[in-house]
Amino acid sequence: MTEAAAKPVVIRMYAAREEIYPREAKGRYASLRWACVWITQLVFYGLPWLNWNGRQAVLFDLGARKFYIFGMVLWPQDFIYLAALLIIAAYLLFLVTAIAGRVWCGFACPQTVYTEIFMWIERKIEGARSARIRLDRQPWTADKLARKTAKHLAWGVVALFTGFSFVAYFAPVRSLLSNIGAFALGPWEWFWIGFYAFATYGNAGWLREQVCKYMCPYARFQSAMFDKDTLIVTYDQERGEPRGALNPKATPQDAKKKGDCIDCNMCVQVCPTGIDIRKGLQYECIGCAACVDACNGVMDKIDLSRGLIRYSTDNAMDNKWSARRIGQRILRTRVLIYTALLVLIVAGFGTALALRTPLKLDVIRDRGSMGREVGDGMIENVYRLQIMNTAETGHTFRIKVSGIDSVRLATTDQAVLDGASTRAVPVRVQVERSAAARGAAAPGSNHIEFELTAVDDPSLSVREKAVFIVPK
Amino acid sequence: MADFTSGFWDLYIIVITVLAILGCGVLLWSQSTHKVEPGSDGTTGHVWDEDLTELNTPLPRWWMWLFYITIVFALVYLVLYPGLGSYAGKLGWKSSGAYQEELVKADADYGPLFAKYASQDLKAVAADPQAHAIGERMFLTYCAQCHGSDARGNKGYPDLTDKDWLYGGEPSVIKATIMKGRNGMMPPMGAAVGSEADIENVAHYVKSLSGLTADPIKVSFGKTKFGACIACHGAGGVGNQALGAPNLSDKVWLYGGSAETIMETIRKGRTNTMPSFHEFLGESKVHVLAAYVWSLSNDPAPASLAAAPGVAQK
Ligand code: SF4
Ligand code: SF4
Repeated sequence: MTEAAAKPVVIRMYAAREEIYPREAKGRYASLRWACVWITQLVFYGLPWLNWNGRQAVLFDLGARKFYIFGMVLWPQDFIYLAALLIIAAYLLFLVTAIAGRVWCGFACPQTVYTEIFMWIERKIEGARSARIRLDRQPWTADKLARKTAKHLAWGVVALFTGFSFVAYFAPVRSLLSNIGAFALGPWEWFWIGFYAFATYGNAGWLREQVCKYMCPYARFQSAMFDKDTLIVTYDQERGEPRGALNPKATPQDAKKKGDCIDCNMCVQVCPTGIDIRKGLQYECIGCAACVDACNGVMDKIDLSRGLIRYSTDNAMDNKWSARRIGQRILRTRVLIYTALLVLIVAGFGTALALRTPLKLDVIRDRGSMGREVGDGMIENVYRLQIMNTAETGHTFRIKVSGIDSVRLATTDQAVLDGASTRAVPVRVQVERSAAARGAAAPGSNHIEFELTAVDDPSLSVREKAVFIVPK
Repeated sequence: MADFTSGFWDLYIIVITVLAILGCGVLLWSQSTHKVEPGSDGTTGHVWDEDLTELNTPLPRWWMWLFYITIVFALVYLVLYPGLGSYAGKLGWKSSGAYQEELVKADADYGPLFAKYASQDLKAVAADPQAHAIGERMFLTYCAQCHGSDARGNKGYPDLTDKDWLYGGEPSVIKATIMKGRNGMMPPMGAAVGSEADIENVAHYVKSLSGLTADPIKVSFGKTKFGACIACHGAGGVGNQALGAPNLSDKVWLYGGSAETIMETIRKGRTNTMPSFHEFLGESKVHVLAAYVWSLSNDPAPASLAAAPGVAQK
């Protein structure tokens, strides 16, 4: 290369997005995806409308810092359960990814689900793939304007309803609805409805595969969970190549030399991320199996067996394993370990949740005095019992104290609390000086225990340790 | 400008901040394209270890726009809100202002409740279960540090549950005490009483006033020297609530009733401060609090108090 002739060219580090026009795929996996869309959206849109105990069944009341989930009320102190739930979700994702790759991405991920809904609307208004391409290339006409407006309006409606449903998990849905009608929402409610609606509209309408390719963190680290036995959508190179158009005049000998792929490009046209699966596994592939559906349809038409593109594994491809062999390899060490851990955590979580008492007690010893002498040779300590009745019903609680022979409450042993309320109850606890002399309560700190029991329900009970100080 | 010792540091921070933001923009702009040798198709032209080349797989352009938007956002933010040295921002936002806003909002929320009680007689407020619950919460927050969670006091801090009052136990007096605070002051009386022996005698006399065991001879000597104390504590040692002078003839002791403690009190005097809560809480809250404190040693309506409900946490 001569220096003089080398005229530098400018390349861009940022490129405009190329529009992808996915063709509609029909088949087993497309139906499965639609089933997922229905199930997830029925739950998401429907849950806020259910009632339980005269209140919304699922409500995350951030203002009052209480999470209502059917019969359960979680307080900030129950945050550990949320953490456990997230850990379970993460492990489930690990497990599923190790077995079947990006099935979550292709079938249940909100980005996929909403894109599916938005593409359905797009198809209904602008037509199938070729019509959409034609529409985008043609100059602006009244018809094009009308179609585009209608599409964005329809998207906007779905997006707004999604935003509304989202906020309904945090603010009671019925008052939210009537307040929207009266334009009487608070600024934050407007903001979150608008924000979530905008996110839905932008992500499912405009960004689509860009989210999977450039924004999704899960897409970045899930390859760490793949191995050679993980199910992936893959093209059977051996069977398909050399590809070539179907030639009606081909002799049987010619046909033998040619692979099964007729190069119809259907698999490329249905791909929502715009890749060619025949080039092998690519990071853009979200495992949606649309190409499987498309190619199976083609194979049916030209009377060849299905499965030129199919779910298979690296090992199965290299070693020509049967479906049965693939199935046997599912239960490998990695999967078993993930499963064992998952079962363990779920069991722990379930037990903890079942054994959880909706009652909490904190004991705070008054720091003002170390313990004082009162009449009748008694030593007295003062405590503040911070009681939280996290159940929805009110109770009267009996306070008991134990740990030293002569220990007794000098104040009332009853505390009345409404449902879902807290109360600080100051109590005085006394111990006989003579008991101290006998060594039952030695000078210095002694361990005592408070017990709180609902009068009407003995199973509702908590214990909390405390220190009783006898002055020297 | 109190934050900075001179105008220089203010400028220093502003210049660094603005240059850094603009620098990000310039960096982004200058790196968004790249010149390469012709023919190095699809690569950036970087070559390592003889044959490792870097492919140019461009990021989507909206990424770049997001970067630019972030820069514009930062600049707009710094114009509107404080962040550039001591420049206060066009909106005049302050954390103390935000706090004040929350206070105003809380007052709007709870004000009517307190206003309702403020117009009632203190004893009527004391009999109200809800007011009692509110009062209890306030007491545990503001008063329990000194007087104890059970209001029984500590050494130097009066017991609020007995019937003995330094300044008087009428509801209105209790309210005045909380509102304005009190300054309890017993001057050092050692010199006025006389010698160390005189002080000891007076201490024994004071003990005898409340019927505690005391040396009869010291008591009789002490009685003659008690004159120094009469101005405040009265001839019989019954105290004076107008001055806050304790009654010495009962069994209630603020610092302790041993001869040694009493002698120390006479020698060095005592100073006690109850802070004023008017500024901090406002009159309507003090009203509810005073009713609660009064109810600690009086029984306004026994039945209703037993059923005082916990206040739902907000
Ligand atoms: S759909 Fe099947 S036959 Fe058509 S190009 Fe793709 S792999 Fe080949
Ligand atoms: S290559 Fe196939 S499975 Fe992968 S994203 Fe495209 S259509 Fe879906």
